[in-house]
Amino acid sequence: MSKQLHYALFTGCTAKQSTPELLSSTLAVADKLGIKITILEEASCCGASHLQDFDEFLAHVLNARNICYAEKLGLTMITICNTCQLNSAMTKHALDTNPELKARVNEKLAEVGLEYKGTSQIKHFLYALIDDYGLENIREKVTTPLSAFNIAPFYGCHNIRPSELHSSSNGGENPYKPTSLDSLIDALEGKPVDYNHKNKCCGFHVELQANHTSEVLAGNAMVDAIDNNADLMVTPCPLCHLKMDTYQDSVGKVIGRDIELPVLHMPQMVALALGCSEKEIGLNFHVQKATHIFSEAKRA
Amino acid sequence: MSETKAGQTRKVTIKAFRFNAETDYLPSYRSYTMEVGKDELILDLLNRIKWEHDGSFSYRRSCRHGICGACAIKVNGKATLACKQNAMELLDLFNNELVFEPSSTKRAVKDMIIDKSDFWEKHAAVKPYVVADVDPHPEHETKQSIEEFNKFLDSDLCIQCGACHYSCPALEANPDYLGPAALNAAYRFTVDTRDEATKERLKITAQSGSGVWDCVKCYECAEACPKEINPIEKITKLHNLQFEHKVAPNNVATRHAEGFLRGMKRYGYLDEADIVTYSEGYLGMYKHLKTAMKMMKSGKIHWHSGIPFINSIPKIKNLDEVKKLIKISQTHKL
Repeated sequence: MSKQLHYALFTGCTAKQSTPELLSSTLAVADKLGIKITILEEASCCGASHLQDFDEFLAHVLNARNICYAEKLGLTMITICNTCQLNSAMTKHALDTNPELKARVNEKLAEVGLEYKGTSQIKHFLYALIDDYGLENIREKVTTPLSAFNIAPFYGCHNIRPSELHSSSNGGENPYKPTSLDSLIDALEGKPVDYNHKNKCCGFHVELQANHTSEVLAGNAMVDAIDNNADLMVTPCPLCHLKMDTYQDSVGKVIGRDIELPVLHMPQMVALALGCSEKEIGLNFHVQKATHIFSEAKRA
Repeated sequence: MSETKAGQTRKVTIKAFRFNAETDYLPSYRSYTMEVGKDELILDLLNRIKWEHDGSFSYRRSCRHGICGACAIKVNGKATLACKQNAMELLDLFNNELVFEPSSTKRAVKDMIIDKSDFWEKHAAVKPYVVADVDPHPEHETKQSIEEFNKFLDSDLCIQCGACHYSCPALEANPDYLGPAALNAAYRFTVDTRDEATKERLKITAQSGSGVWDCVKCYECAEACPKEINPIEKITKLHNLQFEHKVAPNNVATRHAEGFLRGMKRYGYLDEADIVTYSEGYLGMYKHLKTAMKMMKSGKIHWHSGIPFINSIPKIKNLDEVKKLIKISQTHKL
């Protein structure tokens, strides 16, 4: 790699609260690969696709503010949550294509001394790894091949749909046949599990108001992965992780099946293969027991 | 699979879902092999299955111009308007293996033909027409500005093909949900300046269990629509309109949307514990106790101060900016 990659990291709320293992494994992977990360400590919540339901304009203002801080650094903003990616990209797209809206948003931002220009790209860490760092370069750095595991890739909606919005930042991933996560698993020498629900919804966003729907969607995906011999599932989205990792008991009851499936964050899987420490990978933070994966990977 | 005439045609095998609700207990998949030309549409392949292989193969078709919405099917799970979709594109995408299925296999009547009655019931439920006292003997036309017309122009392009409706996982899990097509229609008439049923229609879309709050935000509808309508964008607008017209009920779903601001004002981040307590109410919290205990045990809920939930959330830098922006930019209230 000729020039060191340097990104502004938008952590999102989950990595700062319920999934500390996502942040620590992301930083560990970046460190191993020599990618420089500047955390956007000023960035607020993206609204998680809910705030926009209450007040779409306000959601645009707050997301634009986050992007301003990446622009100030002159860096590409990377996200480690599909929903952060979607909401930031939606605001960027709305402002870049609608000068009148951009002006209205900038009028508000001026009150706090900021201006949205539209100069920073926004991409998920998954695609930064694949498209900027390169799968072959990652493959070379693998010290702990994941060959012991059948790994079910779970893409999460907000990185792949709507495809028109994401195509410039996700390598033109086809939402009906996504391949990035499969190729990453393959580069880490794991065995990607092919199953129908890999590109489907986990139900996280209606966990509170439509619980049954939420449980059914999560259950369908996990049962499909299990029935296709998955030892574990991996996802680039901490919200998919929270839904699938935390609620396996209740989901199992709704679906009528016992579900025991460790659900890893994408950076945890990479960190495991690159030989990062047990503490950095943070499998102890999972509700569904996952700590055995570390020792099993080492043993293999 | 073979390619001939410099990539002009490809020999492929198509698997098609075959089922006759009157005679069959279970569906089956049958294979048809044919040379596919580079300009052929999926509709051409449906025709060729019927004309060249099996005259009993059934599917809906009519206009052949992307207007009537009859020929929507699924190809390898992808919602497809057969008369608009080039076959080569899908052969490239799916490595030359095509599987034709009806939009909803559960609702299959014969082969590609489905019973769409659920779609039409949902559609009718949102009053998909202009509600107005119309003068039977008008002396001038009803005028709309271009700006007013543009508000519903793209939502009006819906051809009721059902592609979004039968791609919606929320509907699959919850048959009461109105679904993206009906909600798009609700939006289309709600923002029409001639319409006088704004609140009435918005109330229909605000119902828990059937309305916009049951959307799972998967964006399948945006991807499925052959007319590029982006139904979920209209669903978001309906959410906003409910607050604007003060018909949003104060319930777990609306508090959940508005409640993001509570944490953001205090920390810049969402307060994960507070959003659950605030949305559910203290009585509703009991449902989450078991999960909370498990999350606490694994360290997902933090104990920085020795007491869970207290001082457990970091603050962003320049929090004052967020507070100020919320104050000066907020347009809706719950």
